[in-house]
Amino acid sequence: MRYLPLQPEDREAMLGVIGASSVDDLFVDVPAAARLDGPIRDLPMHQSEQAVERQLTALARKNQAAGDQPFFLGAGAYRHHVPASVDHIIQRGEFLTSYTPYQPEIAQGTLQALFEFQTQVARLFGCDVANASMYDGSTACWEAIVMARRITKRGKAILSGGLHPHYVSVCKTMARFTGDVLETSLPSLEGSAEKEMAKLIAAVDTETSCVVVQNPGILGRIADLSELAAACHAKGALLVAVVTEPVSLGLIKSPGEMGADIVVGEGQSIGVGLNFGGPYVGLFACADKHVRQMPGRLAGETVDAAGQRGFVLTLSTREQHIRREKATSNICTNSGLCALAFTVHMTLLGEKGLRDLATLNHALAVEAAEVLTKVPGVELVSDSFFNEFTLRLPKEARPVVRHMAEKGVLGGVSLGRLYPGVEALEKGLVVAVTETTTQDDVQALAAALEEALA
Amino acid sequence: MTVNPSGWRPEAPTNDIDAAPATFTGNRALMLEEALLFEIGSIDRTGVDLDMHRIPAQAGTQSSAGTGHPPARVNESLLRTAPIGLPGLSEPEAVRHYTRLSRQNYGIDLGFFPLGSCTMKHNPRLNEKMARLPGFADLHPLTPVDGTQGALALIHLVGEWLKTLTGMPAIAMSPKAGAHGELCGLLAIRAAHEAGGDARKTILVPESAHGTNPATAAFAGYAVESIPATAEGRVDLDALKAKLSTDVAGVMITNPNTCGLFERDMIAIADAIHAVGAYLYCDGANFNAIVGSVRPGDLGVDAMHINLHKTFSTPHGGGGPGSGPVVFSAALAPFAPLPFVEQHGEKFVLVEEETAREEHHEKAFGRMAAFHGQMGMFVRAAAYMMSHGADGLRQVSEDAVLSANYILRSLEDLLDAPFAASGPCMHEALFSDDGMAPGFSTLDIAKGLIDEGFHPMTMYFPLVVHGAMLIEPTETESKAALDQFIGALRSVAERAKAGDPVLKAAPIHAPRRRLDETAAARKPVLVYKDKPLAAAAE
Repeated sequence: MRYLPLQPEDREAMLGVIGASSVDDLFVDVPAAARLDGPIRDLPMHQSEQAVERQLTALARKNQAAGDQPFFLGAGAYRHHVPASVDHIIQRGEFLTSYTPYQPEIAQGTLQALFEFQTQVARLFGCDVANASMYDGSTACWEAIVMARRITKRGKAILSGGLHPHYVSVCKTMARFTGDVLETSLPSLEGSAEKEMAKLIAAVDTETSCVVVQNPGILGRIADLSELAAACHAKGALLVAVVTEPVSLGLIKSPGEMGADIVVGEGQSIGVGLNFGGPYVGLFACADKHVRQMPGRLAGETVDAAGQRGFVLTLSTREQHIRREKATSNICTNSGLCALAFTVHMTLLGEKGLRDLATLNHALAVEAAEVLTKVPGVELVSDSFFNEFTLRLPKEARPVVRHMAEKGVLGGVSLGRLYPGVEALEKGLVVAVTETTTQDDVQALAAALEEALA
Repeated sequence: MTVNPSGWRPEAPTNDIDAAPATFTGNRALMLEEALLFEIGSIDRTGVDLDMHRIPAQAGTQSSAGTGHPPARVNESLLRTAPIGLPGLSEPEAVRHYTRLSRQNYGIDLGFFPLGSCTMKHNPRLNEKMARLPGFADLHPLTPVDGTQGALALIHLVGEWLKTLTGMPAIAMSPKAGAHGELCGLLAIRAAHEAGGDARKTILVPESAHGTNPATAAFAGYAVESIPATAEGRVDLDALKAKLSTDVAGVMITNPNTCGLFERDMIAIADAIHAVGAYLYCDGANFNAIVGSVRPGDLGVDAMHINLHKTFSTPHGGGGPGSGPVVFSAALAPFAPLPFVEQHGEKFVLVEEETAREEHHEKAFGRMAAFHGQMGMFVRAAAYMMSHGADGLRQVSEDAVLSANYILRSLEDLLDAPFAASGPCMHEALFSDDGMAPGFSTLDIAKGLIDEGFHPMTMYFPLVVHGAMLIEPTETESKAALDQFIGALRSVAERAKAGDPVLKAAPIHAPRRRLDETAAARKPVLVYKDKPLAAAAE
C-alpha cells in the first residue's frame, strides 16, 4: 500500500523489540466484543491512485462549476480570479504540512505570515488588531456577539435585517442554547440603507450588548455606519460590523473608520475560492482595548535569545488549551492555510491592486445593472451597491433561477432560496458581478431572464 | 595578510556556529533572513494586472476611486479616500518572499513530526489534486441543487464511509473543525434533553482531556466538572459513577485517551452514563489508533467528532483548515444539525431549514455554519479513504499502534514512562520529565530535538503527567525514520539527565534561538506599526 512504509519484516522486528507475538497483543485493552476480526465489510478494498482519480473526477463532472457558464452567484461567497502563484505558495510542503506553530523556532514562516495577515486584516477593516483567523464569517459573527456580551456584560444583541440569513441562523442556533437574546428582522425590498440604520438606531438601548450590521448588506446596499456607531456608544453598546465581501473595502470606507468596535468577515473572496462553501477563512478584528477578550490565536512579535526579531503565538491565556472552561472561545484549529492564501493574494494585489480590483468590480456591476434593468419588468432594488445588487422580478425568482440554470446560466441567488416562505421577498434576485464576469455573460443573463420571464 | 603556503585550501572551519563570522546579509547560505512585507513592499506596487481597460470612462488612465470619477452607486461620502496601508509586491518578489518564509518552517514533507494528539501523517498529493478539480473547487455553495449532484454525492459518500467506520447510524458533516464538532455533539445532547423537558446543567470531563472539551462545554452553556484518572492513566470508573446524577447531561471521554491508552472500561462507562439518562460524547481526536479495527458505535458512544485533518490526512496547513464531522447514535440522530445530504433514489437532496420539516427532521437543532461544511476537506478525505480501503485503514491503525509501542519500548529504559507497566499503549507513547538533571525539563529535550532535525513531540500535555512528552509517530514513518528518532531522543535525553549546559541553549541550528514568549505577552505587538504611510510609499 503506497502510503504505508512499514514492510512485513519491519513489523516482525518491531514486534520483537516490543515483546509481542502479534499486533493483536497491542489491542488487548479493547473489549473482545468490540475488536473487529478483519477489514470492515461493506467498504471497498484499497485502490490505485488512478482508480481513485477516475471516480472522483466523474463526481466532479456532475457539478455546474462556476467557470463553465455565465455566473452571477454571490450572497456570501464570491468568485474572483486568484493568481496562480497563490496556489503555488500554499502548496509548498513547509506551509501545507506544518502544524499550529507551537514550536516557534521552526515555525517562523507560518508565524510571520500570520503576523502579516493580522496586519493586513486590521488595516483593511480599519481596526487596531486582528486575530490569526476563524473558521468562516458566520462563526466569526457569533464569536463577536459572545465577545460583546463579555465586554458589556449584557445579553441582548440586535441583528440587522441586512445580515446574511445563514449568519442569522447560526447565531439563532447558538443563542437558543446560551440564553443570549437576539432581536432579528428581515430585509425589505422597499427599504433603504438609511431606513435600516434609522431602525437600528431607534432599537438600541441600555440592555443592548451590540448591534450587528453587515455592510454591504445581503441585498447589496451600502450604509454609513457612523451615526449607528455613535448611537451604540451612547447607550454603552458595541457596534459589530460584518463584511462578507472584503474586496468592497478597496472602494468603500471600512467599518472601523465609521466607528465599529468589532469587525468580522468572510475572507473567502481573497485567495480562497468557492469550494462549495468551505474551507473559508473568518476574519476578526477589534480595537486594542478589547484584545484580551478576543477569541482565537494571535501571533505576536518578540525577540529570540540572540536578540533577533521573531514571532510567537501569544496571549494564549485567553485560549482553551490554557484556560479550559474559562477560555474566550473553544476554537483550536482555525483556517491557517486559507489565511495564508488571503495574505499572498493581498500581497500580490497591494493597495493599488485592491483599489483597482474594487473599482473594476463596481464599474462592471453598475454596467450589468443597467443592462439587466432594461429587461421588461425587472427593477433595481438596491439604490447603492458595490458588486452585488438585488433585482425585483415581475414573478417569483426561485423558479426563474432554476429555469435559467437548466439553460446554462447561473443567474444569481433568489431571495426565495435564502428566505424560504417569505412572500415579500420572493421576487428578489441577488446578482453578483466581479472581474470574472464578461459582457457576454451579462448579455446571456439578460437574454435568459427575458426568456424566463416571458 | 596571511598566506596559505601550501597553495591548497585551508583547514576546514570549525563546527562551532557561534564562532562563525557574521555575514553581511545576516543570511547563512540556504538559511535566508526575510523582512516583513511592510518593510519591503509599497502601496503602489502590484503583482496583479487587471483588465482596467474594461472601464470605459477610465480607459488608458491610472485613475481610481476618489479622483474625480465617483462610481455611480456608492455615495461619495462613503468612498475610501484615506490610505489603507496595504503594501504590494510584484509576483517575483511575492513568490520569493513567501518561499523564503516557507523555508523557516518544519513540515511533514521535511521530516518526522511526532506531535502527540495531532496525528501528523503524510498528506497524499492525490488529495490536493482532487480537491482542485473545478467541479469541486469552483462550485458555489448556493448553486441550484440539480447542478451540485456530484458534490452532494461526494458529501454523502464521505458520510457513509465515516458511519460505517464508526458503526454509527447518523452523521453531521458541517462542523468546521474538531472543536466545532465537539460543540455540535454537545448541542445535539442539549437539544435531546430539552426535547424531553429535561434541562440538565453539567458536563463531566476527565482531567486529562483536551482543553477544547471543557471550553466547548462552557461555550454550549454547560457547567463543567472534572473526573479524576486512576494511577494507571484511565478514567476512574468509581469516581465517575459518584459524580453521575440526573443533572449530568453528558460525559466527554477521549478514547483512546490522551495518555495514549484505550479506556478498557468504555462499555461499563457508557452503561453507567446511560443509566442516569446522560449521553456519552467521545472525542475522536485519537481515532487513528482504532480506525478500521474498532467501531466506537460498539462501545456505546452517542456522539463523536472525527478530525479529517488527523485520521484522514487532510493537511494541517499551519493550523487549519480542519474538518470535524460528527457521528451520532440513533438516540441523538434526530437532533443532528442542518444542512445535510440525503439520498432519495438516484438523487441527492440538501436538507435545509425549509425542507427539514417535510423530510421529518423537524428536531434538527439548527445551523452551525453558513454553508455545508469543509467541502475541500471532504474531497481530500474521500481520496484518502478510497485509496486505503477497508483493508488499508485497518493496517493504518495497526501500524500506528505498532510504531508507538516500538517507541515506548525503545525508550522506557531511559525515560520515565508512567503508564508503561499497565500494558501496551495505543497510537502514542507518553513519557514524563522525571529523572532529568535539576533545572532540565521537557522543554530542553524538545529544543534539543529541533537541533537534531525533528519536530518535537507534544509538550506538557496531558496535564496529568509531569513534564509530559506525548509522542505520536503515525503509520507513515519507516522503521529507519523511527530508529533515527529513537537514537536522537536517547542522545538528547542523556544530555538532559547529565545536565549538559549546551542543551539549555538549544536550538542553535534553527532559524531562531529560543523566543521570549513572556515579553511577547507582556507588551503585545500584534500588527506591524510602520513609519507614516507616506514614507512607506516612497
